[in-house]
Amino acid sequence: MADEALFLLLHNEMVAGVYKSAEQGEVENGRCITKLENMGFRVGQGLIERFTKDTARFKDELDIMKFICKDFWTTVFKKQIDNLRTNHQGIYVLQDNKFRLLTQMSAGKQYLEHASKANFR
Amino acid sequence: MSRPVPRRPEYQKINKDLFVLTYGALVAQLCKDYEKDEDVNKYLDKMGYGIGTRLVEDFLARSCVRRCHSYSEITDIIAQVAFKMYLGVTPSVTCNNASRNEFSLILDKNPLSEFVEELPAGRSSLCYCNLLCGIIRGALEMVHLAADVTFLQDRLKGDSVTEIGITFLKQPNEKKYRRRK
Repeated sequence: MADEALFLLLHNEMVAGVYKSAEQGEVENGRCITKLENMGFRVGQGLIERFTKDTARFKDELDIMKFICKDFWTTVFKKQIDNLRTNHQGIYVLQDNKFRLLTQMSAGKQYLEHASKANFR
Repeated sequence: MSRPVPRRPEYQKINKDLFVLTYGALVAQLCKDYEKDEDVNKYLDKMGYGIGTRLVEDFLARSCVRRCHSYSEITDIIAQVAFKMYLGVTPSVTCNNASRNEFSLILDKNPLSEFVEELPAGRSSLCYCNLLCGIIRGALEMVHLAADVTFLQDRLKGDSVTEIGITFLKQPNEKKYRRRK
């Protein structure tokens, strides 16, 4: 097992690096978020390959979402998704009340003024 | 005494695969962004430096190490306490020169490159784990020790082990302090 502090710092540096390249105007804002998403996509693909090696085939979409909310989230973030909502037409909303990657920042009041700015972007 | 003993806070661990895969995705993205290996190595070192400056505070808060009196004590602590705490491996330490300011950490198993079979074609001088060098350099600088940290051997480049070399540099204003005393 690796340590959480190290992973959180690595994640922070990755986001900071992507944000800096957006500020320098090298690429448009949208492409930087895409870079981060692409890295996440790669990681997710690798993780799912390893986790689902021995599990049975998924029956339907809901089965897949339940796997992600329970098993996958537990293995990666040590807790389950708190709330899963769906409109039964392909849209799912996953709610995590204590997202591990953000708890350090959301715990105190230091970043409170910037939090609302992030919402509007 | 009826006061309950305060419980030590639980230090969370994360899934190792998540960390290793995230690092791999980062290096892959950097290889796409930068053409030259030196640029990727430099960027990884810079990132590691940023991480190291913050990680050392977490390390000092959790490990309760006593004050060190020599470079070899410091290197031993990096190898036996810090590496063990954050990566779960313990490299062995060797001293490379008589003046005792050059050391090597030798890793049989590098956890960061667990899923890497070989370096991609055309990337033969890529230091895949250069982040580690930056972390060590940043952490040492936050405790006022300047050092040069590089990879001397790398399993991914065909060597038998992975070796990280730490060269402690003399502080330029050390003599000034002594004179004032």
